[in-house]
Amino acid sequence: MFNAITQSQIYVLDQDEALDFYVGKLGLEVAADVELGFMRWLTVSVPGHPERQILLEKPGAPAMSEETAEQVRELVTKGAMGGWLIFTTDDCRKTYETLLGRGVEFTEEPTERPYGTDCGLRDPFGNRIRFTQPLA
Amino acid sequence: MSRAVEDSNRRMLRARDAMDHAYAQPLDVPALARIAHVSEAHFTRTFRATFGETPHRYLQRRRVERAMFLLRETDRSVTDICFEVGFGSPGTFSRTFRDIVGRSPRTYRKETPATGVPTCFAMAWMRPSSAPSAD
Repeated sequence: MFNAITQSQIYVLDQDEALDFYVGKLGLEVAADVELGFMRWLTVSVPGHPERQILLEKPGAPAMSEETAEQVRELVTKGAMGGWLIFTTDDCRKTYETLLGRGVEFTEEPTERPYGTDCGLRDPFGNRIRFTQPLA
Repeated sequence: MSRAVEDSNRRMLRARDAMDHAYAQPLDVPALARIAHVSEAHFTRTFRATFGETPHRYLQRRRVERAMFLLRETDRSVTDICFEVGFGSPGTFSRTFRDIVGRSPRTYRKETPATGVPTCFAMAWMRPSSAPSAD
């Protein structure tokens, strides 16, 4: 049966802006960036872990009608699209400080939880991102 | 037009995130409108159009959700919890809690076991529903 999750997807509103954020600020790396003509296949992954990629997909035609794409964009910006990611980190507070220094806006500073220390932010479009330093 | 809606949505989401984050502080419409970078007159109306309830009601539900969490997961007194989540008086807290949850804080505590789900999930999914006729 299945043995790994290799690709996940979230919607972004602008793929260049998504690259600035996910690679430039969060420090992920581009796993694939292929212009297919009908769409740009753009995936990112945690450095050193190309086996798990996130597709940064721009909603639009021909995959969906312009009207639907507009609805999806509106849901993303309301934070209601359901796109979210959780990363792990070795040092939540240090990562927080680093990202803060890069101008990332947080929805929640590092907080102690029963399962570790975690942190919340949004990408520039409205998707929810968290990172956790699991309990040792 | 749609880009304007997206921009407006993100501004409102920013204000809603602020309520999720700083619920215990006195967040009034002027403060929230500043966070959203819109005029006060525009703010409440637009927030309601975007999320289906007024910012005041959203903040109340956020505070009640945090109170529900503390009632479930801790032994702290109801009065402590009331102030901890941002209510100004135990009377307002009890009334709002009962109005939204349908039970008093004490009854809720007695009847509800701790859940142990991650806090970010509890905050999103265990928030009480908005009463249809509220506000």
